[in-house]
Amino acid sequence: MTNSAKAENALEVTDLSVAYRVAGRNRAVLRNLSLTIGQGEAYGLVGESGCGKSTVALTVVRYLPRNGSITGGTISLDGQNVMKLDAEALRRARAESVSMVYQDPGKALNPSIRVGRQLTEIFELGGISGQAATDRAIAMLNRVRISDPMSVMQRYPHQLSGGMQQRVAIAMALANDPSMLILDEPTTGLDATVEAEVLNLIAQLRQELSASILFISHNLAVVSNMCDRVGVLYAGMLVEEGPTEVVFNDPRHPYTVALLRCLPRGGQRKDQGRLDTIPGFLPGIGADIKGCAFADRCALADDRCRSELPPLYDLGGRLSRCFHHDKAQALPRATPSDVAPVPRAAAAPVLRVTGLNKTYASHGHALRAVKDVSLDLRPGETLGLVGESGSGKTTFARLLLGLVPPDAGGTIELEGKALAPRLENRSDDQIKAMQIVFQNPDSALNRSHSIRHLIGRALKRLAGLSGKALEARLNDLVRSVRLTDRHLAVKPRQLSGGLKQRVAIARAFAGDPRIVVCDEPTSALDVSVQAAILNLLADLQSKEDVSYIFISHDLAVVRYLSDKIAVLYLGRIMELGPSEEVFSGPHHPYTEALLSAVPKLDQTETARIRLDGEIPSATNPPSGCVFHTRCPRKIGPICEQQEPPLSEAQPGHSIRCHIPYAELARLQRAAVTEPA
Amino acid sequence: MTLFLLSIMVFLGGQVLPGNVGRAILGPFADQRAVDALNHTLGVDRPLLAQYWGWISNFVQGDMGTSYIFRSPVAPFVIDALGNSMKLAAVAFVLVVPIGILGGVVAALNLNRPLDRIISLGGLSVTVLPEFVTGIILILIFGVWLRWLPISAAWPRDAGFFTQLYYLILPSLPLFLVLFGYIARMARSGMIEALDSDYTRTAVLKGLPWRTVIWRHVLRNALLPTITVIATQTGYLIGGLVVIETLFRYQGIGSLIFTAARGKDFPMLESGILTIGIVYAVATLVADFLYSVLNPRIRLGSDQ
Amino acid sequence: MSTIQTTSSTPDDTRPRGPLAEVFFSLLRSRTFLVGFSIVLFWVACALFGEHFAPYDPLADDIINALAPPSSEHWFGTDQIGRDVFSRVIVGSRDILTVAPLATLLATVAGTALGLVTGYFRGLVDDVVSRILEAFMAIPVVIVALLAIVALGTSKTTVIVVIGLSFAPIIARTVRSAVLAERELDYVAAAQLRHESALHTMFVEILPNVIPPILVETTVRLGYAIFAVATLSFMGFGIQPPSPDWGLSISNNYGMIGGGFWWTVLFDALAIASLVIGVNLAADGVHGALND
Repeated sequence: MTNSAKAENALEVTDLSVAYRVAGRNRAVLRNLSLTIGQGEAYGLVGESGCGKSTVALTVVRYLPRNGSITGGTISLDGQNVMKLDAEALRRARAESVSMVYQDPGKALNPSIRVGRQLTEIFELGGISGQAATDRAIAMLNRVRISDPMSVMQRYPHQLSGGMQQRVAIAMALANDPSMLILDEPTTGLDATVEAEVLNLIAQLRQELSASILFISHNLAVVSNMCDRVGVLYAGMLVEEGPTEVVFNDPRHPYTVALLRCLPRGGQRKDQGRLDTIPGFLPGIGADIKGCAFADRCALADDRCRSELPPLYDLGGRLSRCFHHDKAQALPRATPSDVAPVPRAAAAPVLRVTGLNKTYASHGHALRAVKDVSLDLRPGETLGLVGESGSGKTTFARLLLGLVPPDAGGTIELEGKALAPRLENRSDDQIKAMQIVFQNPDSALNRSHSIRHLIGRALKRLAGLSGKALEARLNDLVRSVRLTDRHLAVKPRQLSGGLKQRVAIARAFAGDPRIVVCDEPTSALDVSVQAAILNLLADLQSKEDVSYIFISHDLAVVRYLSDKIAVLYLGRIMELGPSEEVFSGPHHPYTEALLSAVPKLDQTETARIRLDGEIPSATNPPSGCVFHTRCPRKIGPICEQQEPPLSEAQPGHSIRCHIPYAELARLQRAAVTEPA
Repeated sequence: MTLFLLSIMVFLGGQVLPGNVGRAILGPFADQRAVDALNHTLGVDRPLLAQYWGWISNFVQGDMGTSYIFRSPVAPFVIDALGNSMKLAAVAFVLVVPIGILGGVVAALNLNRPLDRIISLGGLSVTVLPEFVTGIILILIFGVWLRWLPISAAWPRDAGFFTQLYYLILPSLPLFLVLFGYIARMARSGMIEALDSDYTRTAVLKGLPWRTVIWRHVLRNALLPTITVIATQTGYLIGGLVVIETLFRYQGIGSLIFTAARGKDFPMLESGILTIGIVYAVATLVADFLYSVLNPRIRLGSDQ
Repeated sequence: MSTIQTTSSTPDDTRPRGPLAEVFFSLLRSRTFLVGFSIVLFWVACALFGEHFAPYDPLADDIINALAPPSSEHWFGTDQIGRDVFSRVIVGSRDILTVAPLATLLATVAGTALGLVTGYFRGLVDDVVSRILEAFMAIPVVIVALLAIVALGTSKTTVIVVIGLSFAPIIARTVRSAVLAERELDYVAAAQLRHESALHTMFVEILPNVIPPILVETTVRLGYAIFAVATLSFMGFGIQPPSPDWGLSISNNYGMIGGGFWWTVLFDALAIASLVIGVNLAADGVHGALND
């Protein structure tokens, strides 16, 4: 190994194989992985969960879980062979040349040590202590755009918001001026607006610092915005690699092609066609793979693909591990795109909500979780609810379902009849008419019961069926969510996340509901699985004429499924209108900011509207317009003094803003933000 | 609140359940008039609420009633005994807290290696043994066969600090053993959790020396839950005292309660148990306080 | 440095073994469990069949041979009225092995019911019951037992009831915290959205999911029940003479160890030690198997 002052490459991984020992067997997670990151380069590693992304990161810093072991290959950091370092040399390498930031900054910071101390100890390693270390720490916090470093230094991590915590974590990672910075899903779990800020920060820091970056994410759009080159990982193998733009615009591996097709893009909507899906499942960790790992799920695969491992073809500055790389983009669709057009008769609303409020008591303060929400929903329609966390989306859904009682005064009408505020007082017919699909099927499905019991019980209680009739309906229902008989006997944990969510959907549809609340039903799922679930929901809707209330933080997903959008902020509706109008604008400044925050695959350069500051506390909302503290288009004192009404700007499209509609249109034309 | 409920239970257990106190004391053959007279002297023929109120208000003022057996106030007995028990418990505690924590920490740092197996299984085994069993075995080994230590804890009159300590070693060992496994186990699992945490990973990847990682980042978070456990163990420790004090013929609160129970001396019994309840409550309070001092999340709350 | 588990990584595999069978097999793989379980089994066998292979009648006195040290005739010597210690040790587990499991059973049933109700209803019911349980737990079990036994008189039933009821709050606490966690899960909300009764939700939906912690707590409690029964017997409040019970024997004889008659107590002490350790090793194995 050369030990020159600056090696040619910041990171060289050659033929790396890593295995985890589970139940007495070594299971391969990384298989002969090779990749190179040049000095100052940002390299993105993408793939679905379980493909080994994070293992790459942990191997580079030699911090594998206890049961993990490197079974082959070499890693060289700045020309230094990491595998050969003894404990002290490894410690020095970590102190001096490589840093890492990962998901969930709340856990990454030590809960019982002040932020300042956690920063200064890094400088102490380099022999700087006392006031000098404090000064450096302050400078570092300034660098990550923390406006009040002195007070942040005095705080404990739990006193900071998620976005601030991640800034601190980034400051810590950069404190030793590393040559290699590893970012492992650094923005996953943060709100879109906060994510946008953190990504912005990382992009700016790249200009200022010399560090090379290994950026790991499941989010293709994030990687496409941040990285020069990208590698696609599948079952622990690199299947495609190349310059980011080239790979995403002109993919040469069927897996990449399929993955990109699964995403709703460019404002795609359910009536314009179904999303494509990837059939089958990811091979399990340690699976015995002969030939191409993707062959089982690939429509292009032939006998050769199944028996012989394709080499990484060098296609001139880019690589693809596919025998058929030349025709990868001709990959046939796994799901036909065409949809039967649904004739939509204008009908009376199935749901009408007026003046709904929910106030919680929180440490003696009133917390207005939902404030004065009114809206209605027609049969066969989808209402999308969007907003940052804490905006009241989920509380609103729970109010509708009767899981939490609303404050007195508001009304919920189902098909013209008022619903009792509490679940216990609603009739069986009303109960079955409104059901929910929860975000996390592991929580929503009782793990002690078989799938047959889970769906059967719902049919018995909600549809009042028993015996033969129940059996028959059960089979119908199972088929309609595309499960098969052999799934019925098993317990939920024996199914994958996507299959579990199908069971949850079947259960919600057991009593022929009029309305199904979908609370982030796909956010725990990989994109390929998400596409299949979204298709299923769209199909069921056109077949059953059911209405959805669809909650999601993913605006592209909401847009795909929704006919109508309600944008919530601090429990209030800021904007309500037909989906297309809300997305294409003119829209509320908050909507504008939300849309602008979403990283997009199709364009790299955006004039982002950055939201400053934190989401205010709902116990003490700002006076006047609640959004004025963060609003980029604030017009003056009126915003601070008077709460604007939700007024109808266009027929069916209401906006809660002091700026007149025409003026909004003019302002927003000036800074066109492309739709998600 | 807890103490209030406890006092009611002790009261019910000590004064109501036995039924006729006078009969219980004087035996089945005593004259009914004598029984009635005794009941009246003892005040147990009053309505229950009045009895309870009288008992508890006196207790709060330090008047624990009159012993049925010694015919003299209970309080001095209880206070003396409590002092003696504290000495014994203190010896056990001072030994076990550092050694138990050390054992757990060492085990966790050698996870799944032989040393860990020895500490974990050894700790588990000694923890679950009744004190009188370990007591007997220890007496046999150190008192009877090796003759290193006295087999009774009753030290000679006017014994100095070190002599007392010498007499207390053997009785405190069974308590030590029971607590050792418990504390070591908690410390071990706290350590494992802390070692597996993301913040420890952060500290290691900062390039801090292993020693610093452990001392500064791991230990504090790891040992927080152990503190609570140590406090709740005071309750069990006192339960153990009953046995140990009997076995070693030591005049503590445990043997006081035991003797009172045998002699059906209810005022003594109730006062003893309520005193234990108070000690336990105080210990829990101290632990809560320590925990919140050491844990900034509780101390400072959240700004969010 | 956690470990990576690969549960259900092959999503579609219909496993040949159910979860219970899996626990059973991992128990068979656990050396801790097997050792502990064998010890317990040994003492259960002794309790059931011990009298057939005990060399002497455990209750027959023989004053002439009183306090004889261990010899080929009396392997473990004789006690102060000449009873054969070996024979007594062999059958000495009889009472403790009926009283302790029954007490544990009572504690488990009562504790589970209490835990389910307090955890499920929360609110006022929970507050009140929890306070009472807390007060209960503030005093050591041995002392609760002492108080109750003095008040109620000594009998096996009293010992079972007293130990059962004093352990119930501890099991209730474990069950309650498990139920509180389960209650937050969406399947409970889903049950409400089907208008299921509270009883159905508690016993059909939640109970099966809290069985593992109950099982662990029960095995651990069994160890402590043996601990408590032995201690009470030693204090003279548990098993009553003339039973050859170990704790009782030690209680009768420990006064003489100063005189060097070690065999009258040592073997009983070791017997208790082995039984308690056996139960706890088995419990540890169960804990490990359920938390894998």
